[in-house]
Amino acid sequence: MDIESIHPLTVILFLPAAGAVVIALLIKEAKAVRITAALFTFIAFALSVALFVAFDRDGGLQFVEGPARWIESLGAQYYLGVDGLGLSMVILTTFLGLVSVFVSWKINIRVREYYIWLLLLETGILGVFCSLDLLLFFLFWEVELIPMYMLISIWGTPPPLGRKEYSATKFVIYTLFGSAFMLAGILCLYFSTPEPHTFSMVAIASGGVEWLTPVIPLASIFFLIFIAFAIKLPVFPLHTWLPDAHTDAPTAVSVILAGVLLKMGAYGMVRLIAGFGDGGLVPGVAEDYATIIAAFAVVSVLYGAAATMRQTDLKKLIAYSSVSHMGFVLLGIFAFTQLSLTGATLQMFSHGLITGLLFAMVGLVYDKTHQRQIPVLGGLARQMPVIAVVFSIAGLAALGLPTTIGFAAEFTVFLGSFTSDAYYWVQAMVVLAVLGIVVGAGYILWMLERVFYREPKEKYDGVGDADNMEKAYIFAFVILIMLFGVYPRLLLDVISPVFSSWG
Amino acid sequence: MDFWLLSPELSICGIALLVILLDLVIEQKKLLAAISVAGLIIPIAFTIALWGETETSFSGMLVVDDFSLFFKFLIYGIAALVILSSVDYISKFARFQGEYYALVLLSAGGLALMATTGELISIYISLELASISLYALVAFLKDSKSSEAGLKYMILGAISSAVLLLGMAFIFGMTGTTHLDEILTRVSELVAGGQLWDTPALLLGIVLMVAGFGFKIASVPFQMWVPDVYEGAPTPITAYLSVASKAAGFAVILRVFHAAFGDPLISGDWAMIFAVLGAISMTLGNVVAIAQTNIKRMLGYSSIAHAGYIMVGLAAISTLGKSGVLFFLAGYALANLGAFIAIIVVSSKIGSDQISDYSGMVRRSPVLALILAFCLISLIGIPPTVGFMAKFYIFNAAIQQDLLWLVIIAVLNSVISAYYYLRVVKVMYLGEPASEEAVPSSIPLRITLAITSLGVLVLGVYPWLVLKLAETAAAIAP
Repeated sequence: MDIESIHPLTVILFLPAAGAVVIALLIKEAKAVRITAALFTFIAFALSVALFVAFDRDGGLQFVEGPARWIESLGAQYYLGVDGLGLSMVILTTFLGLVSVFVSWKINIRVREYYIWLLLLETGILGVFCSLDLLLFFLFWEVELIPMYMLISIWGTPPPLGRKEYSATKFVIYTLFGSAFMLAGILCLYFSTPEPHTFSMVAIASGGVEWLTPVIPLASIFFLIFIAFAIKLPVFPLHTWLPDAHTDAPTAVSVILAGVLLKMGAYGMVRLIAGFGDGGLVPGVAEDYATIIAAFAVVSVLYGAAATMRQTDLKKLIAYSSVSHMGFVLLGIFAFTQLSLTGATLQMFSHGLITGLLFAMVGLVYDKTHQRQIPVLGGLARQMPVIAVVFSIAGLAALGLPTTIGFAAEFTVFLGSFTSDAYYWVQAMVVLAVLGIVVGAGYILWMLERVFYREPKEKYDGVGDADNMEKAYIFAFVILIMLFGVYPRLLLDVISPVFSSWG
Repeated sequence: MDFWLLSPELSICGIALLVILLDLVIEQKKLLAAISVAGLIIPIAFTIALWGETETSFSGMLVVDDFSLFFKFLIYGIAALVILSSVDYISKFARFQGEYYALVLLSAGGLALMATTGELISIYISLELASISLYALVAFLKDSKSSEAGLKYMILGAISSAVLLLGMAFIFGMTGTTHLDEILTRVSELVAGGQLWDTPALLLGIVLMVAGFGFKIASVPFQMWVPDVYEGAPTPITAYLSVASKAAGFAVILRVFHAAFGDPLISGDWAMIFAVLGAISMTLGNVVAIAQTNIKRMLGYSSIAHAGYIMVGLAAISTLGKSGVLFFLAGYALANLGAFIAIIVVSSKIGSDQISDYSGMVRRSPVLALILAFCLISLIGIPPTVGFMAKFYIFNAAIQQDLLWLVIIAVLNSVISAYYYLRVVKVMYLGEPASEEAVPSSIPLRITLAITSLGVLVLGVYPWLVLKLAETAAAIAP
């Protein structure tokens, strides 16, 4: 059977939401709720794997659905499709969506509500990666807000350890602030297209600069849209929502937040400047500002790394490291070579897996010990050997050890950016950013040493190790991290054709 | 004389009189509500039957076109929902239940007529028909707050009517006619002859009319009455005021300003007035709403802010802007009615409108809490709700008219508004419930909640259902 005949993207996109509706209407009992959620997210994941297999490695947009009329007078369309970039993000999302169901298995307050919001969140994020229509894209971009707000503010870390309500509100206000500008930018872009105006990202990206008659300078449109992505990514100094939201979110939500929510920003940036491998949505602007944006990228890397170094809360430490790692993505994107863009995408994928796993591990440590303060923990390797080993693998992947996907991704970014001639200082920027790796090795190893490898403490005797379900999902992470680390071509074959027109 | 064109208004007045008469003989007062709602089907049916007509009658006083029919449909629909949601609220009264329903029907007739006239005097008359009924309705509870609200509304309303009438008088004096189309011809002559700026009385007339209508739509600086009246009035009437009265106000503004002052040489000037007033309205409404602890007052300030958003559509002088106003009003009506009906249900149980008393509502009545949260999210403008689509569409129109600055102010205001709407959601979802007792709701209230919340969702996903009607209506010149 031809997979296209079942409208696979629509099915994947709405399966989690359908699961949420089923749970809301039909299922009362907590265990049945969990199983239903697992079932729906599993089917979505399996389908996206099938898409990955069926994907034509020559590149281009595939599994396109629509454009179908949606709001006729505006020319907004229901228009879905993925290229290598979108597909890699879709598969990452469905994987983390499935895993997060199991990560949350032990949540036992307001279980139904929790899974409903979690599933709606997954649909919202998937929509961002599949939409080819700017209005549809924006709609999904915002749909994710309310589930996220609920998940953090209800199931997050309560005082005195956390400030869940504050963090949730901060997250929403920050994102809304960004999307306020993005909306204005999208509308300006829309009216810059020739009559009849269009929201189609494909049409805009293939149109090029002569096709547009800008209503305001293109650079203004670019930055109106860019700022929303920069907040989401996040880029220093717009990152301050991130440590709060990550730290106070429940474990599974941190996994999703770090794993794919940040990627929405990165994904948006790649689309904005690289389109679908052609001119980008706002052509000819990014190059002019590459130096300054790359400078922000380097500051994010170094500031993020330095801030990470001095965290004492395990979860906050991982959260700050995301700022640093997302800096690499930004650097790669704004070097404009095929290799650097591919590397940036690979880094998005890699960070999703690695940081997802790290947050899951922090969740496990916290579950067992009820403690996240690094100085209070110590010597846990004796009491929880499996957790210690997997945490170490995740940590080593995060610092870019070869044979893990972390190495493949960061190496590709650096190689691709170093050989770029996008702006005058590009090599210096790369060298500075590489320093981030050195600091990264420092904070990861130091953290592992303090948490797992000192003298064991008596009070943690008998806290227990990962149980079978937990082992299952953390091993799944490890397998993927190693698989793509040893054989990154699996992903590169899908991703790099997207950027084949770049030098 | 074509009474067919006037059939919706004639029938609604007939039903109002019928309700008053039956009130004398019917003991079971809930029947009156049923009769009113069932009766509303007649004017709605007439409205649908008239759809597509473009006729004037009664020497230009009555203008039946898709534009006015859109508003009639909207206002009668709102009236039906308001009556349904009043049944329980009103049944607590010992007396005057029949009058209540009759007054709602009469004011609906007045409001609908406002959208149907092409002449200044009939605008004024229909406005008074609507207003006088509403003054009585606001004071209907007869406790101190309600009476104060009614008195305040009446005095300020009377002043604004006087101001409006004065403005009309100036315009009549300068143009010699009260018909909008003739005013247009005369104004265009003045403009073409370069005499416009030599006739300050005409400009003063325009400004006074902005003031008179500004009161109706609750725009700054004519918004002072809003919080007190919203808080004191019976909640169904607050809901009614916030959506129907506003809709009719905008209908008249669109009609008068596009028809009589639509000359491109002056339209830019009044559009700028609306743009500035809109920007101030939304900023003031949203900022002050943050400080409110009473949910009705909060929604009062939110309604001022929404008047500001809708004025963005007025400032964008185009068919797109007009249809944006129409669609926004329909979407706002659904979301705001939904929120108010949820408030009616809650306050009839807990007897309070304080936001803090909504604590833990999700555990007492999950569906109700969800609907209220969903309607509030629509008021913020987050998808998948009609509020998002409405804002998107109206901002779209503004960008088309190069009003980027106004759109930026408006979207930033939406961010501010998220703070106070979400605070209610937070209290409902995170707070500890004062008791575990469920909040009961009657069948009529459930029906209205279902209609409004489904409407918010469906139009949020597929707005074209109503948008195409709004566009047809807005395409009617002028």
